[in-house]
Amino acid sequence: MSGAPDVSNPDPQADAYVGLGDWAPETLGAGRVIPVVSAPDPVLSRPGEEVDPTADETVQLAADLIATMRVSPGCVGLAAPQVGVSAQLFAVDVTGHPKTVTGHGVFVLCNARVVEATRWKAGREGCMSVPDLTGDVKRASRLVVEGALPGSGETVRLVTDGFEARALQHEIDHCAGLLFLDRVAGAHAIYQRKVYL
Amino acid sequence: MNELAITVIGRDRPGIVADVAEVLARLGANLTDSTMTRLRGHFAMTLICVGPAAAEVETALAPLAADGQLLATVRAVTPDGETAPAGEPYVMAVHGADRMGIVAAMTRVLAEAGGNVTDLSTRLAGTLYVVVAEVELPPGTADALGGRLAEAAAGLGVEVTLRPAEPDLL
Repeated sequence: MSGAPDVSNPDPQADAYVGLGDWAPETLGAGRVIPVVSAPDPVLSRPGEEVDPTADETVQLAADLIATMRVSPGCVGLAAPQVGVSAQLFAVDVTGHPKTVTGHGVFVLCNARVVEATRWKAGREGCMSVPDLTGDVKRASRLVVEGALPGSGETVRLVTDGFEARALQHEIDHCAGLLFLDRVAGAHAIYQRKVYL
Repeated sequence: MNELAITVIGRDRPGIVADVAEVLARLGANLTDSTMTRLRGHFAMTLICVGPAAAEVETALAPLAADGQLLATVRAVTPDGETAPAGEPYVMAVHGADRMGIVAAMTRVLAEAGGNVTDLSTRLAGTLYVVVAEVELPPGTADALGGRLAEAAAGLGVEVTLRPAEPDLL
């Protein structure tokens, strides 16, 4: 390996980016739809265990998360604790959402962590596991996240922004046993989800 | 000038705010700070007014309460003026399975640390109970308080977080 850094590149993140490559959700096989649990279920408040991204059970759970996310209207992300499994694994898909700027399509990350978080902005969030409430939460609108892909176990380093960045932070929080309720901005930042009857 | 503390609460319907505010405006009672919100189908107003005597306002609001659907109270209060913040602003969020005494236990821990709650709201959604409180803490006490809150929360089987409030100055 040549150790010479690429000094001609002014953006240190640009060459750090490792995208999804040829990974595709189809490589996971068929997923099952699993019931989603709601707060105050204690599994949602427990930090998830790290997973082995190449293990069969991880690949199956990844497929199940995608299958469950797809049948849930408006769902842009789903983490393992939300289906009752205390593990650091989540699926995200912000494709087609009106707030999406950058999007990486459908993907699952294992053992993900935030590498860099900047440009914090407040925004309204909901959660399938807190179906009756929404809340204002400050999140980084520019984000670098590192995690492993289920199956290959390959490490990716995604650079994203806006709505996908918000979704990733929300899901990484789930894997750490946190809900958006733990991050609301103030006493008047929680709202009853409006349903017109 | 009299400073008045007024509360109005009753079954929600369109026009409560307009009805009450109209009475106050007619009497020359100037609405200063207030909160007006719907709580589980009841509409609740708490307001501070400056203007006429309490009895006069009470009499003027009486017709609104005549059908038994609204309860209004008026009392004169001593103007305290603006109070300076007592400490550093924090947000405490608590959530978990609903049970008796969550607010009592958690706010007692805050009070014992000299924390002053400046705003608090609670929501019951199904079996999920959520408390969010804004609190001013004596400088340098937040870390130790966080530990005591976590102990109290564990005793109640609920989750708690204590974070610095971040005002956005634009």
